[in-house]
Amino acid sequence: MVNLRINNVDVSVPENTTILEAARLAGIEIPHLCYLKDINEIGACRVCVVEIEGMDELVSSCNTLCRDGMHVLTNSPKARACRRYNIEFILANHKSHCTTCTRSGNCVLQKISNDLGIVDTPFENTYEESAWNMESPLIRDASKCVKCMRCIQTCDKIQSMGIWDITGTGYRTTVGVKDNQDIKDTHCVYCGQCITHCPVGALRERNDLSKLYRALADPEITTVVQVAPAVRVAWGEGVGLHSSMSTTGKMVSALKQIGFDYVYDTVYSADLTIMEEGSEFVERFTHKDEYSWPMFTSCCPGWVRFTKHEYPDYVKNLSTAKSPQQMFGAVIKSYVAKKNDIDPDKIFSVSVMPCVAKKYECGVEQVNDAGHGRDVDMVLTTRELDRLIRADRIQVEHLNESRFDEVFGEGTGAGVIFGATGGVMEAALRSAYFLITGSNPPVEAFKQVRGMNGWKEAVFEIEGMDVRVAVASGLANTRRLMEAIDKGEVEYDFVEIMACPGGCAGGGGQPIHEGEELAESRGKSLYGIDKNSKLRFSHENPSVILTYEEYLEKPNSHLAHELLHTDLESWEL
Amino acid sequence: MSRLEFRSKDTIQKVVDGLYDDLERRITANPPGQCPVDMTESFLKLCHAQSCGKCVPCRLGIAQMLNIHDDILDLNTKSSMSQLDLLDKVARTIRDSADCAIGKEAANMVLKSLKGCKDDYVEHIKYNRCTPSLSKAKQPVPCVADCPAGVDIPGYTSLVLEGRYDDAVKLIRKDNPFPTVCAHICEHPCEHRCRRQLIDAPINIRGMKKYAVDNCSEVVEIPARMDDTGKTVAIIGGGPSGLTAAYFLALMGHKPTIFEKRSQLGGMLRYGIPNYRLPRERLQWDIDAILSAGVEVKTEYDAANEESMEEIMAKYDATYISIGAHTHKAINIDGEYLHGVVPAVEMLRGIGDDAMPDFEGKTVAVIGGGNVAMDVARTAKRLGAAEVNIVYRRRRADMTALDEEIDGAIAEGCTLVELKAPVRIEGDNDNNVTALVVQQQIAGEADSSGRPRPVKANAPEERIPCQIIISAIGQGIDYNDFKDTGVLVNERRGLFVTNPANEAEGNPGVYAGGDCVTGPSTVINAIAAGKVAAANIDEYLGYNHEITVDVDIPLPRIEDKKPCGRSELRLRYAKDRGNDFRGIEGGMSLEEALQEASRCLRCDYNGFGLFRGGRNDRW
Repeated sequence: MVNLRINNVDVSVPENTTILEAARLAGIEIPHLCYLKDINEIGACRVCVVEIEGMDELVSSCNTLCRDGMHVLTNSPKARACRRYNIEFILANHKSHCTTCTRSGNCVLQKISNDLGIVDTPFENTYEESAWNMESPLIRDASKCVKCMRCIQTCDKIQSMGIWDITGTGYRTTVGVKDNQDIKDTHCVYCGQCITHCPVGALRERNDLSKLYRALADPEITTVVQVAPAVRVAWGEGVGLHSSMSTTGKMVSALKQIGFDYVYDTVYSADLTIMEEGSEFVERFTHKDEYSWPMFTSCCPGWVRFTKHEYPDYVKNLSTAKSPQQMFGAVIKSYVAKKNDIDPDKIFSVSVMPCVAKKYECGVEQVNDAGHGRDVDMVLTTRELDRLIRADRIQVEHLNESRFDEVFGEGTGAGVIFGATGGVMEAALRSAYFLITGSNPPVEAFKQVRGMNGWKEAVFEIEGMDVRVAVASGLANTRRLMEAIDKGEVEYDFVEIMACPGGCAGGGGQPIHEGEELAESRGKSLYGIDKNSKLRFSHENPSVILTYEEYLEKPNSHLAHELLHTDLESWEL
Repeated sequence: MSRLEFRSKDTIQKVVDGLYDDLERRITANPPGQCPVDMTESFLKLCHAQSCGKCVPCRLGIAQMLNIHDDILDLNTKSSMSQLDLLDKVARTIRDSADCAIGKEAANMVLKSLKGCKDDYVEHIKYNRCTPSLSKAKQPVPCVADCPAGVDIPGYTSLVLEGRYDDAVKLIRKDNPFPTVCAHICEHPCEHRCRRQLIDAPINIRGMKKYAVDNCSEVVEIPARMDDTGKTVAIIGGGPSGLTAAYFLALMGHKPTIFEKRSQLGGMLRYGIPNYRLPRERLQWDIDAILSAGVEVKTEYDAANEESMEEIMAKYDATYISIGAHTHKAINIDGEYLHGVVPAVEMLRGIGDDAMPDFEGKTVAVIGGGNVAMDVARTAKRLGAAEVNIVYRRRRADMTALDEEIDGAIAEGCTLVELKAPVRIEGDNDNNVTALVVQQQIAGEADSSGRPRPVKANAPEERIPCQIIISAIGQGIDYNDFKDTGVLVNERRGLFVTNPANEAEGNPGVYAGGDCVTGPSTVINAIAAGKVAAANIDEYLGYNHEITVDVDIPLPRIEDKKPCGRSELRLRYAKDRGNDFRGIEGGMSLEEALQEASRCLRCDYNGFGLFRGGRNDRW
């Protein structure tokens, strides 16, 4: 243990604790901007500077370790002055147009500046302005960038993608796409982790709300919305609703109030995905020699882009089953339209996703199979949903519980856990077991694949056959796993990958909380919903059963193949 | 991509490195009289370009320091005094919170500038202009500006190029009656900021002077004495400063009388600088010319037995005190008074009067790191010492001695013993020195001047066996004779106090200059003080005699200034020169001298010099 004093408080902390963390343990908060624990401890913003008694120069508390006998003053006159000026320097270089900023009210710079009581600065305001491809799902506004380097570090360390880089020198040092490329020409998977780790409004998803408002305003158009599993455990965060209050039923009510004609649950198509993908797995598993191994899930478009860019030889290993979003999209403009007697050309199909990459996925030309334009016309992130709710001043605490529209309102717990790392695998195994053995396994037989570990593996015995599975989330973990597979160090039969750490619960489209990673707690909420569900096997979903009975015949049927499967090789990037 | 790669410089890096070298030379050659605010901003711009951009204070704070400088410098009424305060606060923020020296030192530079040049900042804010003193300091000819005596360097260089060596000597004498002395031993501050460095390297100015005095006539006439004024001036001390004052005062028609304590004239030039650096006959050539102007000399003058200083001052119309700094400073360690411990000044003084000590086969330790230390070390070697160790408590890089003197000492077989502080001197039963005990030091934190302080190392004492210890740790002045004269002495520094006109204020008609005012310094500073004193004494006596010279300066030749090597003066081989006291320095060949002279950029004629301030032909 190291013993020191912080602001005259005696503190005892383990070796190798930074001053900032030690202060936190002692209940003392040191303002900071660029710091991101374990990811970005580079002392760039110099906002967290503190005085150490006996030293002239201040030190950055985020990356200076505690030493025995140290006396730290976090609010000495010198520390206060430097902190303030450093914030003022940043403000002089930042387009402080808070009124039109997506991060207003949730901005680290805004908060520190307000907290410091800065109402006027002596410095002239100038900022970087540079062009950006506004068609991209990922938007960077250089004028807001504070050069904290978090995006670079997140992309490098969590995702191992290296899309962002430092460009320019001296004063003009800034962040840009590596090698000055257009973002669309890079291997960027649009996971959006850089967005959720940006302290300010420099990074955001493409804003598609105006397109939605046009559709809602058109009486000729039927608006259909589907909501992904992980949205239900996060949407309340952005509208000030405690997690215990932000139920799925209230979310459905909100979407109804906004004006969607049909509100459906993507959990339905998650179950459908399990049927298709599970059957595909059983088919591959029982004809092992005819396929390349392992088989990979393909419901995460970030992961699909990753495979196509980084490991093209493994694209054939990806399940051909579409993601739940795209399955539902295809079903909406065919089966649903038919069933509800709507002209599919007059349907505006929206999905609310915890994800930025889904905006890319819905725009892939080759994914559309219903024959009426795009299967999914647009994708909103959870954050955009929250903006819709706030825009209409919907009083969320007074919302009633509503059910999803029939007949696609029924989902199973298996479909719900799609939103967490390991969930697709677990759901698939529950049904695969049934498909192979003809009976259900104990429902929690595969819970070994749950949890935040970035690379999990397990072996399950099904009818005397060992099924070797692996689950990874976060692309740095994924790359390690892929290298191991490629080198023959590991062998699996079935592998689930989600690009964001913790899966969709920690998706790049989810509400942003400075300094907090909520994937784990949101994932736990999803498993809680699963536990309380009456139905916990995808193959028992009555809507799914009905779909096959009335329309698709059976999993992997000809029509199912036409609508619910896709040739990933042909996907444009 | 390989796992590791051996890095070699790519073309771009080579080009940039070349630009850095160019910049370094450009900064060295920075002309005097630049606006400190403008220069600080320019340096800041460079600092900003060096910023890696990671930390906020460096990336963005320097931008604000630049903005504020811009505002202050811009010719508008926008700037206000509050900007100084803001600049100070911004600089402190960067100094205290930037992540590395790139930002911190940029801020420190601004803080230094703000502190040292505050008037300049204020002048720009209030009146959109530089301080008047700055425009006075503006000097288009860097070498002349940096020569304390203001010698017309481009003038005599061009005369050397034309082969007019006598005219060159005459031109030098207009400001400095010691052309030969300075040709041998001047520290040549004139070369420091020579503009030629923008292209390659400074002109070898001392070499030019050497070529002129080596090739001029046996006698070069001095100007005619002006009309007799009947005024008498007492010059106390016949060193370079006193002789200079006497020379110019004599030319102006006054009657100077030199009172010299020793048997011969020359001061430290004779009693401090060894013959091998300044051969006596060459010194005498300058002194003879000076005396020919009409100077009365009283050598071996002892104030105790003859007229006191007080009486002299009363008797003469004016007095110039130029007694130099000839007393040694105590080492203040045990054993200092053992047989074999010799102060450097005493040893050199003896040699000046041809009393050569016997160091044959002895081991000698010299304490000190200045030019005098090098002089006595090299002299000891010439006197037959078997081994000479130069013991210094700091590093070679911190020595005040000129590099060429240190190199000379090493080449002649002396050993530098760095970072060893003398602790005590050990002796035998007969009180003869046996060893110098020293303590290892480390180069510690820098003092205010930026020189690292020696700090005691955690190491045992060491013993350097020796029979002779020469202490060369500085000199003081002997002002006992002046106690009752009323001339002000700074007791702490042990020096006379004067104003910039070299006037001993409160004592009308009494002036002082040279080492006794500045402390041990260079010969050119002593000469400059003599020149200043002569001008002001002339004024004091009620005259305004102008010193001029009747030499027309050649126009510059029209030729390209292509990069070209600098020619150095040849030295006798160390092995050959190290055993005798004959001069060690040869000259240049005619070929080299002409090339060197043609390298001069003629700042007196080009650039601002042609417009204003290119030449002072009288003073």
